[in-house]
Amino acid sequence: MSEQLPTPEVVIDPDTREYWAGTTRGVITLQRCDDCNAVIWMPRAICPVCHKQSLSSFEASGKGTVYSWTRTAKGLAEYRDAGPYVLAYVELEEGPRVMTNLVGFDGDPEIGAAVTATFDAVGDDAALLRFTPA
Amino acid sequence: MASSHARIAGAYEHPGRHLPDTSHAAIHAESALGACADAGITLADVDGFFCSGDAPGFGALSLADYMGLKLSYVDVTEMGGSSPVAQVGHAAAAIAAGKCQIALITLGGKPRTGGSVAGAPRPGAPEYSFENVYGLTTPGGYALAARRHMHEYGTTSAQLAAVKVAASKHAKHNPNAFLQKEVTVDEVLASPMVSDPLHRLDCCVVTDGGGALIVVSPEVAKRLDRQSVALLGHGESPKLADNGRIDLTYTGARWSGPRAFEEAGVTHADIDYASIYDSFTITVVETIEDLGFCKKGQGGAYVADGALEAPDGALPFNTDGGGLCNNHPTNRGGITKVIEAVRQLRGEAHPAVQVADCEIALAHGTGGNLGNRMGSATLILGRE
Repeated sequence: MSEQLPTPEVVIDPDTREYWAGTTRGVITLQRCDDCNAVIWMPRAICPVCHKQSLSSFEASGKGTVYSWTRTAKGLAEYRDAGPYVLAYVELEEGPRVMTNLVGFDGDPEIGAAVTATFDAVGDDAALLRFTPA
Repeated sequence: MASSHARIAGAYEHPGRHLPDTSHAAIHAESALGACADAGITLADVDGFFCSGDAPGFGALSLADYMGLKLSYVDVTEMGGSSPVAQVGHAAAAIAAGKCQIALITLGGKPRTGGSVAGAPRPGAPEYSFENVYGLTTPGGYALAARRHMHEYGTTSAQLAAVKVAASKHAKHNPNAFLQKEVTVDEVLASPMVSDPLHRLDCCVVTDGGGALIVVSPEVAKRLDRQSVALLGHGESPKLADNGRIDLTYTGARWSGPRAFEEAGVTHADIDYASIYDSFTITVVETIEDLGFCKKGQGGAYVADGALEAPDGALPFNTDGGGLCNNHPTNRGGITKVIEAVRQLRGEAHPAVQVADCEIALAHGTGGNLGNRMGSATLILGRE
């Protein structure tokens, strides 16, 4: 559990059910194309590289590095009263750059900093992937 | 090329910036009437209608019904703030294909006083649960791009601020501009941080307002008394999230620009004036690099040298004050980019910022989230 940031409801659909199930177990579930081997982000029903529909899932390491970050002074909706928070892209060890929040940093993060996955529960069916210093 | 046959015969910028007593639909209608009057036609002459995601209700159907249009062609394009720029090209293609002869493009909204109907996540958007749930805001998304550009190329906050300074020097001559005070680099840097590294004065204004354009066939243009401008080239390209391998340091202008230049048969040296979408200062820096006005990564140094200042800079831009100072109606400003380019080509910009003998102008629109899931559209326009 990271510091308290909002946990807005997510939409779980047939494309993303396996990903969200993984988050409740504390793992990042990624897809890989059986045909061209591309690691896919976000979850979907078609390989966006070769357009085949045969995809397999695997568990990612949960390790990554900061690609970019910003501290947003005031957010919208659930984040309106959250105070300043860090919005970021983290490049996963497996390749994809995912939007996320950075939590648990003393002072400013740095681009390139090593981070590790943490999960904040959204009810019983999903958890939000965030990252803390590795 | 299809677009080389079209003319922009009418352009109108709604003067309102604070319109609590005007409806969304009325802003579109008032803008449409203004553009028709500018072209010397009436709404009854319009047979093609183009609008985008800021249109209330059922989009083009609701607005066409409200205005009583009689149409043979309808297009609702959603590429965020780049939509109206792209639609000039779409209108030209429809005209060249014989689908319509007089096309109306409108944009309008009231995010300042009445809430915005544009840009809200739509039900079923696959990205919603992977982006918006983290507190993504528009400034936040652009700030992520700005920090990465700074990291890779050494771009500084002071360089970004130079974009705002140039816009403010132009806006002081525009009595309708939302912000009319000239600002300095230090004032930009001293303004509150919205989403670092972007300060409040790195961000565009939030205003009510709207605008409209009339695009016609050459035959129609010849019948009109009004000076029209020629659409010489059009290019558009979405830039997408690339299966998660997002690179925030460049935009779709990398592709839309060359397509427009090629179609127009002109080079960068021929461009006398440029309207560059300026939702944020970083938007301008990345765009002018990607359009090829300077080397990739050199945009910061280029703008810090006064290149954007009219009338004598290397690339005079946004002489109405742009989105940074003049207006950004309905949180999307593409149409005002075309309108000011038309003014420059007609010699109707404010005399203090009118580019002498302006023959060729470029107008570029940006939509969506910079460098991620975004629209880019470029037009090259010529004086008739």
